[in-house]
Amino acid sequence: MPEDKAAASTAQTCAYDGPPDYRLVGRHGMFPQVSHDEAERFNFLAHMNRHLASQLLPGVKTAFEQRVEPAFKKDNGAFKHRNEVRKALLKDPAFQIWSALRRATMEQRQQAGRWVTLRQARALNEKALALTEGDERLELTPGFDVPRYLTAVDHHCMPGSYHTELEHGDVTGPANYDAGLFATTGGALGRFNDGGGQAVAKWVKENLPGFAPKAILDLGCGLGHNVLPLAQAFPDADVVGVDAGGPMLRYGLARAKAMGIDNVRFIQADAEDLSRFADESFDWVQTTMFLHETSRGAMERIFAETRRVLKPGGIVLHVEQPQYTDDMPLYEQSIRDWDAFYNNEPFWTTMHEIDLDDLMIKAGFKKDGVIHGGVAAVVDATLFPSTGDDTVEDYGRKAAWHVIGAKKQVEAA
Amino acid sequence: MAIDPLAQAGEKARGKRPWFLDDKDSERVLTIVMALAQEVSVMRQRLDTVERLLETKDVITRADIEGFAPSKDEAEERGAWNQEFIARILRIVQQENEAILRGEEISSEQAGQDFQNA
Repeated sequence: MPEDKAAASTAQTCAYDGPPDYRLVGRHGMFPQVSHDEAERFNFLAHMNRHLASQLLPGVKTAFEQRVEPAFKKDNGAFKHRNEVRKALLKDPAFQIWSALRRATMEQRQQAGRWVTLRQARALNEKALALTEGDERLELTPGFDVPRYLTAVDHHCMPGSYHTELEHGDVTGPANYDAGLFATTGGALGRFNDGGGQAVAKWVKENLPGFAPKAILDLGCGLGHNVLPLAQAFPDADVVGVDAGGPMLRYGLARAKAMGIDNVRFIQADAEDLSRFADESFDWVQTTMFLHETSRGAMERIFAETRRVLKPGGIVLHVEQPQYTDDMPLYEQSIRDWDAFYNNEPFWTTMHEIDLDDLMIKAGFKKDGVIHGGVAAVVDATLFPSTGDDTVEDYGRKAAWHVIGAKKQVEAA
Repeated sequence: MAIDPLAQAGEKARGKRPWFLDDKDSERVLTIVMALAQEVSVMRQRLDTVERLLETKDVITRADIEGFAPSKDEAEERGAWNQEFIARILRIVQQENEAILRGEEISSEQAGQDFQNA
């Protein structure tokens, strides 16, 4: 009898389909120490996010189809805009509990990661200092003026956002980001959270054969997890990561060095003003999950700057979640917009609704030079979930993105 | 200023927090319960780690655990623990029920006023 009981309680009834264990996350030399229980906290949070997306969100859709939409139609006719859908959903208990749990999970994830990094702040900050002190590949600007649009709210509810230093030389913010990204993505970004960057490198090699960039600029590089794969894929290139957040850049260089990647520099700058770089100085300008963190006004100036610094024949690529186009159902748009309203992504909506092609053309790129594509995270699929095969849609979080870009025309002599 | 992990780990992100449930008190309790659920999960996983390590080191097997049947005395001790545990967590219900029988009771504030000079 005991055997039967054991079988009933512990045997898996079907093949496991869920996040891998946190301990598979790559522990590079700059990675914070994570205890047994801290790892389990991240495991729980990864499972919570998976559960919210795979088990509870379908219920929100059912509630929308069965209750919310019919009730709205009766009084007002068909939905005309995603904001109408969102406001109607806000009154429905299925959306309410899913949202309350999603928000709470987000907050728990931040607390879990901050606990890990703040308790060892001194050790982390000393390690980063030892790795970066006197290294000219790190260029920070004392008193750097972080754009106001980045400081109004803490982006994606990360206390302190990208720019705050708790003490001089602080890297606990980026260390928290690095250590906890697993929880938000369920490991879909792979061992070093670099599945997105790897996907971009793969896409470029497949779609732009013969493209051999010597100078690559990554804007909004953060802690560098999306730019290091580019440096690895193009080892002969000089790679520059730019960000407004000083702690990110400091951690970024320390992390790159700890991982043995040497062809990357990290420079503090506002992506709207790249005047420190000469005209036509890069073969490739990349942004990965960055545009949605910038304001509409900033985006226009960024696009103009990317064109200016590109060499003729060079390319700019932006990687983001899909745009809200007319063929995307309003329900999907409203769920994708959740982060804009409830997860401190204030520019998410605008970025996803504007015509990026048009904006690039206004910045001077030619219409026939516009590039469109799609990528999914490249990970070691024997250990990590492969997004390409995943049927669960965690709107806004899925490790699959659109590529929107442009090739700078070679002017006729 | 020294970093205080206990206070700063849970720091609020800048930006007004959205609330979703019709009753904010319920949502507050929900978020506390979810934090506790996380810690229950952590404890369960830690126990699982201990069990597996004990098995690896040939101390006990998980079959030993599954096959465990307490003696009568052991069962009573364990039963008493469950009773105590439940009584602790449902204290508020017990006290609200007791209050029904007590009828209208005087508040401490009122007692202070009424019996100041008694």
